[in-house]
Amino acid sequence: MIEEYKSQLPLSIFEDAQKELKNHKLTKKQEKEFFDKLLESYKSSRIDPGESIGVITAESFGEPGTQMTLNIFHFAGVVELNVTLGLPRLIEIFDARKEASTPSMEIYLDKQYNKDINAARKVAALIKETKFRELAQEFSINIAKLQIEATPNKKNMRDLRITDQILLKTLSESIKEVSVKQNKDGTIVLKPGKEIELKDLYKLKEKAKDTFIKGIPGVTQVLPIKQNNEFVILTSGSNLKEVFKLKEVDKSRSVSNDIFEVLKNLGVEAARQAIVNESLKVIQEQGLDVDIRHILFIADLMTASGTIKGITRSGITSEKESVLARASFETPIRHLIDASLVGEEDELTSVIENVIVNQPVPLGTGLPGLIARIKKLDGMKNG
Amino acid sequence: MAEISKKIDTITFGLLSSDDVKRLSHVKVVTPELYDKEGYPVDGGLMDTRMGVIDPGLTCRTCGEKLKDCSGHFGYIELARPIIHVKYIRVILDLLRSTCKDCGRILLDDVKINSHKEYLDSLDKKDILSRRKRTKLIRDSLKNIRKCPHCKEKQYTIKIEKPTIFTENDKRITPIEIKARLEKIQGVDIELLGFNNEHSNPSSTILTLLFIPPVTMRPSITLESGERSEDDLTHKLGDIVRINQRLFENINAGAPEVIVEDLWDLLQYHITTYYDNTISDVPPARHRSGQPLKTLTERIKSKEGRFRYNLAGKRVNFAARTVVSPDPEIEFNEVGIPKQVAMDLTVPERINQWNMERLKKFIERGPKTYPGSNYVVRPDGKKKKITDETKEQLLEELQPGFIIERHLMDGDVAIFNRQPSLHKMSIMCHKIRVIAGRSFRLNPAVCHPYNADFDGDEMNLHIPQTEEARAEAETLMQVQTQLISPKHGLNVIGCVEDSVSGNYLLSKQIVLEKDEAIHLLMSIGMEDSSKFKKLKAQVTGKEIFSVLLPKTLNFVSKNRADEEVVIKDGELIKGNLDSNIIGEEGGTLIRKLHKDYGDEKTLSILSMIFKLGIKALELYGFSIGIKDIDLEEIIVEKIRQVMNDTNREVKNLISKYHDNELETMPSKTIEETLELMILQLLNRVRNRVGELIADNANPNNPTIIMANAGAKGNILNLGMMSALVGQQALRGKRIEKGYDKRTLALFKQGELSPKSKGFIETPFREGLDPMEFFFGAMTGRDSLMDTALRTPKSGYLYRRLSNALQDLKIEYDYTVRDANKTVIQFKYGEDGIDVAKSEKGTINIRNLIREVTGK
Repeated sequence: MIEEYKSQLPLSIFEDAQKELKNHKLTKKQEKEFFDKLLESYKSSRIDPGESIGVITAESFGEPGTQMTLNIFHFAGVVELNVTLGLPRLIEIFDARKEASTPSMEIYLDKQYNKDINAARKVAALIKETKFRELAQEFSINIAKLQIEATPNKKNMRDLRITDQILLKTLSESIKEVSVKQNKDGTIVLKPGKEIELKDLYKLKEKAKDTFIKGIPGVTQVLPIKQNNEFVILTSGSNLKEVFKLKEVDKSRSVSNDIFEVLKNLGVEAARQAIVNESLKVIQEQGLDVDIRHILFIADLMTASGTIKGITRSGITSEKESVLARASFETPIRHLIDASLVGEEDELTSVIENVIVNQPVPLGTGLPGLIARIKKLDGMKNG
Repeated sequence: MAEISKKIDTITFGLLSSDDVKRLSHVKVVTPELYDKEGYPVDGGLMDTRMGVIDPGLTCRTCGEKLKDCSGHFGYIELARPIIHVKYIRVILDLLRSTCKDCGRILLDDVKINSHKEYLDSLDKKDILSRRKRTKLIRDSLKNIRKCPHCKEKQYTIKIEKPTIFTENDKRITPIEIKARLEKIQGVDIELLGFNNEHSNPSSTILTLLFIPPVTMRPSITLESGERSEDDLTHKLGDIVRINQRLFENINAGAPEVIVEDLWDLLQYHITTYYDNTISDVPPARHRSGQPLKTLTERIKSKEGRFRYNLAGKRVNFAARTVVSPDPEIEFNEVGIPKQVAMDLTVPERINQWNMERLKKFIERGPKTYPGSNYVVRPDGKKKKITDETKEQLLEELQPGFIIERHLMDGDVAIFNRQPSLHKMSIMCHKIRVIAGRSFRLNPAVCHPYNADFDGDEMNLHIPQTEEARAEAETLMQVQTQLISPKHGLNVIGCVEDSVSGNYLLSKQIVLEKDEAIHLLMSIGMEDSSKFKKLKAQVTGKEIFSVLLPKTLNFVSKNRADEEVVIKDGELIKGNLDSNIIGEEGGTLIRKLHKDYGDEKTLSILSMIFKLGIKALELYGFSIGIKDIDLEEIIVEKIRQVMNDTNREVKNLISKYHDNELETMPSKTIEETLELMILQLLNRVRNRVGELIADNANPNNPTIIMANAGAKGNILNLGMMSALVGQQALRGKRIEKGYDKRTLALFKQGELSPKSKGFIETPFREGLDPMEFFFGAMTGRDSLMDTALRTPKSGYLYRRLSNALQDLKIEYDYTVRDANKTVIQFKYGEDGIDVAKSEKGTINIRNLIREVTGK
C-alpha cells in the first residue's frame, strides 16, 4: 500500500515520512490516513505552472543582499584563518570569477591519521608549501667571499620534518647557478659558480628565499583542527589536484572553496554542489534565511550548460536568444550592431522584449489565452 | 471604441541598403535651412512637414494627420562621397582582411568554403551563438593570408588609423574604394563572413545615403522668449547637410583634391559624431556653450538611455505619491488616502441600465463635491470634462455605454508600493479608505514587507483601470495573499512593537474583571458575544486571547524563552506569547493559522490579535523612563568586579607581551596574538554584563519586558545603557592608530590599555568622555560607510540576477525552463514544492502525524 504513495510523493518527503513514522506507533488505518493527508498536503503545496520562479529567486537573494555586511574578512570558526564572506563572497560566487579571493581547502584524513593530532600535523607538514625563507633564521651576504650565507632555523625544520640533506639537495637542484654547501656550524652557503656582481648577488638572495622546498604549491597555511571527533586540516590556498595525490587524504570528503578547481578535478555536478555549499555558508554566516531551493536554482542555472557560467553580461545573459533582452541589460549598442550584421530575429519569447513593445509577458497570468465561442444574442448590438 | 490591437510576432534586425533608405524615406533633405521668414518649416529642410509635425497647428504632409496621430516619417540626405559608419569599422576591417582586394572572394579555398558552409547549414536557424562563433573563427583565421587562393593576387596588411581611416601598406584606402571592394563580396562568402544575405549586405556598412529620423524624434522646444531651440540631433544633421553641400559644390566646381579631401574628412567627422559623440580620439562635437551634444549612441545607452529609461520602464497615469503615516485602526489590507487624492484619481465605470441612476448622482455632484466624478467618456472615445457648465448637457445625453470616471471610494482597489521594490511584497494591493489629512495611512504591521517606517517615507499608489487588472490585483496581490514569503516560507506580517509587548503581558500576567475583559474584546471588534459566555468573573489574559482563536485550533510551539506554548481546541493553555509565536518572520502561530484556515481568516484573526495587544497594553499601562535603566547596587558592584578582573587580565597579558613570554599563535605575529587575546577578553565583558543583568533584572522592568517579548531591544542594549558600552571594534579589531603608534594624541605612544584602544567603560546613561565619544563616532562612521558602499553593490547584484533569471518559469509539466525552452531543473527545487506554500521549506510531517493520532 505504501508503495502506491511512494510513486506519487517526492522521494525526500517519502523518506522523511517513513523515518518519522518509526518514532510513532500508528495502526494500519492511521497510517493510511496519514499518507492520504500527506499526499493532499503535498499536492496543495506544489508550485503552480506559470509561476515566474526566476524573479522570485532573484528577489530572494536581492533582498537579503541589502542586509549583508561588506566586511571582507571573517573567521571561519577559527581565529587564525581568514576567509572572505558576506556580500563580496556572494558576488564572487555568482560572478563565477576564475580567481577566488581567499581560496581554502578542508582536507579530511583517512582513518589512521584523523584520530591523533600528531598524525594530522605530520600530514599538514606534507601539505604546507615551504620556502627556504621559512627554514632560515637569517640570510646574509658575505661580501668578501661573494656568497650567501643562511642560518637554518632548527625548530621550524623539525616541525616541518625537513632534514639538512633534503634542504641541501632541493636547493642545489632548484638554483642552478650556485653550489650549495653546509659549514660545520650548520650555516648553509650558496656560492655562485662564476664571479658575479654584488647587485646580482642580491637578486640571487631574493630568489633563494623564495625557493620552493617541499609541500604543495599554493597552500600557504595549514591548520589541523578538531571537528566532530576527528582532525581536519584547514588550509589557506587551494590545490586539490596535488592534495588528492596524497595517500593520507580522504578524497571522498575533502573539499575546496574554489569552485573552478572543484569543476576541474571533480566535474560539473560537484561544482554545482560547491556553489550550493558556498552560497549557503555565506547566507548562514550572515544569519539570514533563504530557502535551499533558491540556492539550488541558481546553482542549476549556472551549471546547466555543463560548465560554470556566471551571472554577468558575459555569462548567462550573453546566451539569451533575444537581442532586445541582451541589449536592455548592458552594452546595448554592441548587441544591436552585432544583431544587424547577422540579420538576427527576435521572436519576443521572454519578458523584457514584450515589456518593450507593450505586450503581455509570457509568464503567470500573461501565459494563458482565453478562447471562447460567444453566442450572439438576438437583438444585441455592438457596445 | 474600435481599437485594432496588433500583436508583434518577430522583430528582425538588419542593415539598410541605399535602396531601402530611399524606399522608406519621404523626403530628400537638400538644405540646411530649417524655417522660412514666417517661421514655417522649409521644404527639403530638416524640419520638413513631410517628416512629421511638432507644432499643434500643422498637419503632416505625408499622412495628413495632426501632431498626436502622426508618429513621423523618415527622410534622407544624399552624401557627396561615401562615408564609413563608425560603429562598423571593426567589421569593415575584418571584411577587408578576409577578402581578396582584387576578385572580392573570401581568402579560403573551395574545400574549406564547403566544409564551413556545411557546418553553418547544419546549425539551427536560431542558433546565432554558434554561427557567430564559427564566423569569428573564419575571420580570425584569414587575417594573415597573403595570397588569394582564387585569383592568386597578392594581399597586403590593412590597418586602422585613429577613428575611421583605413590604410593598406601605409597608403590610405578611400571609402569609395572600400565600398567597391565590399560590393564585390558575393554569395556564400557573405554568409561565411558572418553576414546575412537577406537582411544585411557588407557594402551597406559604408553610407552613401544618410537616413534622417523623423522630426517627432527630435522636437524643438520653444523658449519663453519665443526663440526656438533645436534638438541636438537637428543641430548635428544641420552641420552634416551644410558640409555635404559644400563638398558637392567643390566637387562640381572642380576644386583641388586637397580641399575636397579635407571637406570629405570633415563630413566623416560630423557623421561619426552624429552616431557616437563619445569615441576616444574623436573630439566630441559641442554646443556653443561648450557642452557636448547628445547624439544617437548617447540616446540609447546607460541608465538614462532609451532602453532602460523609456522601454524597460514606463510612466503611468492614475498614480499618487505622498508621505505615509501610521494608523493602527485601519485594517492590514487597507490604505488610507486623503480626500484630495481621492478626488483626483478616478475609477472608470461603464453605464448600464441598472447602475445609471446611481452613476448619474456622481455627475450631478461634479468634480468639486466628494464623491463626484471628473470625466465622461462617450462611446466614440470623446472625453468630456465635467464642469458646472457641461453638467446639464452631459446628464441629458447620458445613456448605457458611456463611461464615467468617478472619484475613489472606500473599498476600491489600489496598488501600493514603496521603493526600493526588492521583493514582490514591495507592491501589494490594498483597499481604499478615504480619510482626512494629507498623507497615506498604513497599518504599522504592514511596514515590514514594504520595509517602511514613518520618518518621512513616501509611497506610491496606483489605481488599476480595467476589470482584468482589478481582478488580478485582488486575487493575487492583496495583503492577505502575501502573508507568507516565498523567500523562506515564513510569515512577513505579524504583530510588532507594542502589540507584541501587549500580548506578552496579557498571556503572562494580566487578569481582568469580566466586564473589563468584554469591554476589551468589544473594543477590538470581537462581536461574537456567544464566546463571552464561558468567561468567569475573573478572566486571565490567556482566556481573553483564546476568545479570538478558532475552536478547532491545536498548536504546539516553543517561544523565545524556549518554553512550550500550547493551544488545545482553541484554548491557550500554556506559555507566554512573544515574537516567536505572533511576530513577523517566524511567528509560528500565524504560520499555523495560515496553513489551517487560509488567507482571509488568518488576516482577520491576526488583525484582532494585533489590536488586542495594543489595547491590552493601553489598559495595563506601559512606559519607560530613566529610572528603568538604573541598576541595583549589587549588580553595579558585580559589574565593577568583572571590569576589574578583566583589566587585571589585560594588564597581565600586556606585561607578558613586554617580557616576551607570550606564546604566539601559528602564523600570527606576537602583536597580532596579543591583540586577539585582549579583544577576546574585552568582548567577553559585554556578554558577562548582559548575563549579570539578565539574571538579576526585575521581570517587571519595561525594558526587560520588551526585550523578553521580542518587541524591541535586547539585554545587550540595556547593558549599554545602564552598565557599560563596551569595546568599539573596527573591522574586527580594536581601534588602531590614528596618530603615530597611538589612537589619540593624549595617549602614550605604544599604549595598549583597553581605554586607549576604544573600550568604553561608562554606560550611555552616565555619558561618555570625549575620547570614548570619539571612538564611538569612529565605529559609527565605519558602519555608515559600510551601508553606503553596500547599497550600490547589492543593487547591482540584484539587477544582474533579475535580468538573468527573469524569463525562467515553471512549465505545465513542472519543469523549470528558460525562454529558449532549455530545461534548467526537471522538478523545481527537486521536489516541486512552492516555498510560499510550504512551512519553512518543508511539509510538517510531525504535525500530520499528530493530527492523525490526535495527540
